[in-house]
Amino acid sequence: MPVLARWIEAAGIPTVIVTMMPSVAEERLAPRIVGVEFPFGHPFGMPGDGALQRRTLELALHVLAGAARAGTRVDLDVDWPVPLREAYRSWQPKVPSPIVRRMLEARQAP
Amino acid sequence: MLVDSFKFLPRSFRPLYEGRGAFPGEEKAVWKPFEKRLAESRIALLTSAGLYVKSTQPSFDLEYEQTHPDWGDPTWRAIPASATAADIAVAHLHINDGDLLADPEIALPMRLLGRLASEGEIGGAATEHVSVMGFQERTLREWQSKTAPEVVAHLRDQGADGLILAPV
Repeated sequence: MPVLARWIEAAGIPTVIVTMMPSVAEERLAPRIVGVEFPFGHPFGMPGDGALQRRTLELALHVLAGAARAGTRVDLDVDWPVPLREAYRSWQPKVPSPIVRRMLEARQAP
Repeated sequence: MLVDSFKFLPRSFRPLYEGRGAFPGEEKAVWKPFEKRLAESRIALLTSAGLYVKSTQPSFDLEYEQTHPDWGDPTWRAIPASATAADIAVAHLHINDGDLLADPEIALPMRLLGRLASEGEIGGAATEHVSVMGFQERTLREWQSKTAPEVVAHLRDQGADGLILAPV
């Protein structure tokens, strides 16, 4: 996704990426980055939490419009309101994805 | 605060993402200055959650991915800003889709962006936002040759002055 942002930016449309993995977006040289410490699947926050979604979206807009140079990163200072163990479990699919299933099978192979 | 990029990631996945550096061929900074005021700018959104409009659009191809685990559907969908949670489905095998189905705004805040436009914080919102399915084969060849140029053309048609991308 940071690479897609680069291609769109290179075509002349300014971009900002809102991501749970801002250090990875930095390595991939995304032009503007907003980091969120939220579980996967939730870049703008909790379902039904309009205030948190707005805070995240407004930060993204301000970084989009206000960043002075390539590689600008700003992290959102918000803790996820669900205990880590529960949040870690609940974002994951009920059935492992095909590639994870293959990794698990390879690990179990004799 | 500095976000921990790996807080929610299983430890064994971390080397798949960390320390890999720039994407091959993408080693230089790219930069298009944002030149307007937000209040005069039209903004579009892009999600990688595999959202689609279930009454009018095909799903992303998850069947092929089941038998080709390194592959992900590289196509994209235009999501009308008027679509509601009831109109939207999720095609993504790598996340639990429960919260996304309950409130798609957590990945594609189209209603909220529309509200910011009506309040004057931004000049306008795209009438059709963009959805892709974020799990892709490593070279991103189809995304580079086809999807990215098509999305750029769509964003130009929409008159977008800026894009907010949100991987899931």
